Amino acid sequence: MKSEPVVPVRVYVLVFLALLVLTAVTTAVAFFDLGGGTNNAIALTIAVCKALLVILYFMHVRYSDKLTWVFAAAGFFWLLILIGGIMDDVLTRPSLPPSTESAAIPSHPG
Amino acid sequence: MSKVEVFRQHHFEDVEQQHEASWLGMWVFLATEVMFFGGMFACYFVYRHWYLQAFAAASNHLDVLLGGINTAVLICSSFTMALAVHSAETNKRNALIIFLGLTVVLGTVFLGIKFFEYHSKFVEHLVPGSAFAFPGPFERPAEIFFSFYFAMTGMHAVHMIIGIGLLTALIVQARRGRFSAFYHTPVELTGLYWHFVDIVWIFLFPLLYLLGRHV
Repeated sequence: MKSEPVVPVRVYVLVFLALLVLTAVTTAVAFFDLGGGTNNAIALTIAVCKALLVILYFMHVRYSDKLTWVFAAAGFFWLLILIGGIMDDVLTRPSLPPSTESAAIPSHPG
Repeated sequence: MSKVEVFRQHHFEDVEQQHEASWLGMWVFLATEVMFFGGMFACYFVYRHWYLQAFAAASNHLDVLLGGINTAVLICSSFTMALAVHSAETNKRNALIIFLGLTVVLGTVFLGIKFFEYHSKFVEHLVPGSAFAFPGPFERPAEIFFSFYFAMTGMHAVHMIIGIGLLTALIVQARRGRFSAFYHTPVELTGLYWHFVDIVWIFLFPLLYLLGRHV
């Protein structure tokens, strides 16, 4: 808020360089086959790190009051519920016993 | 009336309250934007789970190098945006105008590279529709992948275009001397918006370009 300090340019430069390095790493890793799971884990972990750097420093959340933290986290928390709830259904549906109804729920669209 | 009070609108107690209302209002808007893009991300995860092999095959038709370069361009634009806000906070009007201008230029470079990528997808018949052609057994699900690709990167590009419009308006106002260390809320909030659009791309890049390369 008003009381938040002016962030020194040095901080912006460091965050910027970190973001560029992470982008170079994630792009370079894509050219090597480390096994699908490892590749995906690296790509998503780097994306989350980059997003956190942008939110905390470029968007000043690190220097903002608790209310801003709550507002910033709320959107992502609800997104987690959305994706978590949907994937919970999609991933476990094949293991359900067959429906006794005449129109069985398909586990897969085709 | 103090210099700060000039910018206070009558329904606020003081400028600090006014700033807090604007700042939190912007974060509420960004939360709705998270949900807006989140719906598409959730859909993407479901279809990727259903058509893993097809999404991998289709994803390999995207240019990882161009995607990576565009990610770097967007990060540079976020950096110049952060410096623009910093210039406003430290009362440097010329620097503010220069950094806002650089942000517009970098945003336009991003859209230019995106346009080039879209163009090659049209040439390669990878745009969903009657002309879509994808050799191999995955033609239909590959079309779904490219529907996601165009819907998500397209919505992102629309946000970029809106952002460039906002930045251009800021440049005009900055040249008139509207912003100072006392009052620069519009610069600050447009910065939040621009960084948010950057974050959307930070996730679109691995999901569309990288995840499919190795299954």
